[in-house]
Amino acid sequence: MMLILLVLACAFVGIPLLGLWGYGRPGGWIFVAVNGLTLLAILALAGQVAMTGGFTAGHEQFVVDDFSMLLVLVDGVVGFSTALFSRGYMVREAAHWQLSRGRMRLYHVMFQTFLFTMLLALLTNSMGILWVAMEGATLATVLLVSLFRTAEGLEAAWKYFILCGVGLAMALFGTILLYFAAQRILGSGSQALLWTHLDGVRGQLQPHVMAIAFVFVLVGYGTKVGLAPLHNWLPDAHASGPSSVSAVLSGLLLNVALYAVLRTKVLVDGAVGPDFAAHLLMGFGLLSLLVAAFSMLRQRDVKRLFAYSSVEHMGLATFAFGVGGSVASFAGILHMLSHSLTKSAVFFSVGQAVQTAGSREIQRIHGLLEHSPVLGWAMMLAILAILGMPPSGLFLSEFLIITSTMHAQAWATPLLLLGLGVAFAAIFPRLQGMVFGRSPWTHGGPAPVAMLPVFVQLALVGLLGVFIPVVLVQWMQHAAAFLS
Amino acid sequence: MAANLFQVLQTLLVLLLAPLFAGYLQNARALLQNRRPAGILQPYRDLLRLFHKESIIAEGTSWLFRATPYLLFAAMWLAAGIVPILATALPLAPAADVIALVGLFALARVFQVLAAMDTGTAFGTLGARREMLVAAMAEPALLAALFTASLLSHSTSLSSIVDHLESLRFALHPSMVFAAAAFFMVLLAENARIPVDNPATHLELTMIHEAMILEYSGRHLALVEWAAQIKLLLYVGIGIALFLPWGIAPAGDLAALPAAAFWLALKLLAAGAVLAVIETLLAKLRLFRAPEFMATAFLLGVIGLLSYFMLGA
Amino acid sequence: MLVSAHIAVWGTSLLKLLAAMLLLIGFAMLAQRRLLTLIHLLAWQGFVLALGTALVALLTGQTELWYSAALSLGLKALLIPAVLHRLLRRLKVRGDVEAVINIPTTLLLGIVLVIFAFSLAAPISALTGTITRGMVGIALAAVLLSFLMMITRRKAISQVVGFLAMDNGLFFAATSATLGMPMIVELGVALDALIGFVILGIFFFQMRETFDSMDLSHLERIREE
Repeated sequence: MMLILLVLACAFVGIPLLGLWGYGRPGGWIFVAVNGLTLLAILALAGQVAMTGGFTAGHEQFVVDDFSMLLVLVDGVVGFSTALFSRGYMVREAAHWQLSRGRMRLYHVMFQTFLFTMLLALLTNSMGILWVAMEGATLATVLLVSLFRTAEGLEAAWKYFILCGVGLAMALFGTILLYFAAQRILGSGSQALLWTHLDGVRGQLQPHVMAIAFVFVLVGYGTKVGLAPLHNWLPDAHASGPSSVSAVLSGLLLNVALYAVLRTKVLVDGAVGPDFAAHLLMGFGLLSLLVAAFSMLRQRDVKRLFAYSSVEHMGLATFAFGVGGSVASFAGILHMLSHSLTKSAVFFSVGQAVQTAGSREIQRIHGLLEHSPVLGWAMMLAILAILGMPPSGLFLSEFLIITSTMHAQAWATPLLLLGLGVAFAAIFPRLQGMVFGRSPWTHGGPAPVAMLPVFVQLALVGLLGVFIPVVLVQWMQHAAAFLS
Repeated sequence: MAANLFQVLQTLLVLLLAPLFAGYLQNARALLQNRRPAGILQPYRDLLRLFHKESIIAEGTSWLFRATPYLLFAAMWLAAGIVPILATALPLAPAADVIALVGLFALARVFQVLAAMDTGTAFGTLGARREMLVAAMAEPALLAALFTASLLSHSTSLSSIVDHLESLRFALHPSMVFAAAAFFMVLLAENARIPVDNPATHLELTMIHEAMILEYSGRHLALVEWAAQIKLLLYVGIGIALFLPWGIAPAGDLAALPAAAFWLALKLLAAGAVLAVIETLLAKLRLFRAPEFMATAFLLGVIGLLSYFMLGA
Repeated sequence: MLVSAHIAVWGTSLLKLLAAMLLLIGFAMLAQRRLLTLIHLLAWQGFVLALGTALVALLTGQTELWYSAALSLGLKALLIPAVLHRLLRRLKVRGDVEAVINIPTTLLLGIVLVIFAFSLAAPISALTGTITRGMVGIALAAVLLSFLMMITRRKAISQVVGFLAMDNGLFFAATSATLGMPMIVELGVALDALIGFVILGIFFFQMRETFDSMDLSHLERIREE
């Protein structure tokens, strides 16, 4: 039972450590060590969950179940590999932007705070603390986005802060309404916001209040998921910060925000009936998918391109949860996990490519394969995986989503295919331009070992697409059953 | 019978008291601004002097110009019989509820504006247009404030509103607080007081009311001025009726008369003092800010209405 | 009930007045042109919020609300406005707020928003206790008015004031709908607000360093390509 607290403690201890020594060479290594330990703790936790199932800890303040365990697992993997990637990457960035020691320390502290809040959001049992953690994550990343203090970075950070601040205010209002509904049954006090308790009485919650609460929560956390039309902050924030930050924004933050929406959805389904939330999720998901796909056609900045791709994929996952049913929900979860692993791999390789080319413009990046085969292959495989090429896990999830849509919501199938097609058409030609051709650069490429996280993550995605371990399948099935 | 007596009494009282109230206001302002006051009876002397003077009719004006002073005066006199200043349930009171009363004021304004345009002078037209600029926003604000009171007392008749509010005793109604603030702002604007207009200036950049009546003289001017004084007293009277209704006598109850008169005098003294202080403390707004002032009044009125619906009080 | 019926009646109507004041301050902020006055209004809003919370605490006998009221008073009525005030002077921001839409139009939009908020909150209000009936609508209206302010203002500081005003509205919502969130959540929210505020302060200086101005029109370089 103590393992939940151990996971959180590992992540938390990193904050003061990095606050003291978070610069220069030791800073990068401490960052790696902390996240390595966290990953080990998470694996131990996963082992326990695999044996005994979900449980609560700390006077029911913390909880882990099949659904959150999956996300925590991905969280640990992506956090560790980002720390590995960040070590070498940030040394070069710091040299390029002449970042001071203080700035590097800020980077590490904020990054670790962000990773901690992500784990806290996933492991807390209280919907109120979930909100606090989400807000903390936003605050931690604002300064990461504006780390380089360029005009562009400041604008992006400001937009991010204001839009997400407004979004989270909505979510807080929704949470207040949720508490209001719960209070009438569970009485006042913190137990009325505990998810395990709420889940037990979800059929008795006042439907009208819950419906309004869900709309606020969806719009609020939806802003953080990057659901259109409130997705505007996302491309700017992804483009302006360091690539390591983009990787965790796409890989972790969006997932956790969607997780918050889904937790609320379960309660609302119990109170209002399943159609209400499902329609909203399908509507927002489809809209995001289409808006993002068409926006991608116009992008010239490689990081913005993949930021929009995140909006597209999150839209797709949201849509899948809207369709509901065990198959679609299973596919939605699989999609979240695979996207998280793949997109962070994409941003790792894009980050290296941008450093090589000295520019984020797609036009200026070419011949990566000739320049550095490791980087070229990493980039190519990562992008092919994000496009949903088999054997990527995204292929399997997209396939399942489309087939279950054909069964349950046939009208949406053409729109879904249109969105995916346009997204493919937007990315694929550019992939060729970036990877193939002659390389204009003479300086050396990244060391092969630096690209190791990319290949490991892609291997995991491939595993998810071909052969999912039995334990994971069970967890996903349980989670899907509980979501629909 | 006693009710009729009350009616006559109140109508005459308002008529005669209006210049006195204006004089009191002038005196109070002068004292506050360290000037030597002209004496509280000065408005009477002014009116008397004007009545003795010859009236000159501006060249090229129509009957409208000549009829307007009488019309203004008549409208105000009629209103003086309706507003429950001294007593509620006057025989004339059923003739008009608050909305009709606002209409009566609007009628007077329309004639005044038309007469000002009738002279064909630049100042007349300018004053008329400015008057309408202010009125366009002031009227909705006034109605919003009045509706709040009507909603609370389920009636649009001033008499029943007073009766109802009086029965509530000292309860704190947020909606009425907002309505009172809105009403007060409208009162300032409608009666050409600072900060919207300055009754003591003839600068073309700023004047509104004065610009409209520049061409009047002699008894016409006297009637217009007198009507304006009655209007001010009526507005104060409506304000008292809506927001401080305690002590107004029911019509026909002779025994309640002395107390009612006493309370009225006290309230008028207080209202005059407040007005004088406000006018001394505030500066006149630029003309283009006047719509904003009125928009604020309207907003307050609407918030009053909304908080009635939302908070039920 | 801890208090006599007489005080309860008075307290309830005073509470309603305070709620209405909150709304009024929301509108006053929308109408305000000067940054300094805007900050004063924010402080007043915090004060009204603290007073309202204390009154609810008195009327319902919820001890936790006293802490919440003290928190509001210290943080929202005193500390944050004071720091903003200092920031304003340190950064030498010029005094006027430039609005994107003219002010009377903004106010009319505000009225529309308030009506929307009231109609949305009406079913919720019907379920709340007698003391705070109808106040959820006002809280929601205050939140929406702050949104409007953030949308229609150009200067970074006035957007922040809008942000903090929104926070006040949310606190009021929590107090009026649920008689306060659980203490741990409330503390978390306050902590987040405080950290956010500190980060914003840092951010202002970065902005100042980079642009030499606090006008957000400098922040319009990134366009959709």
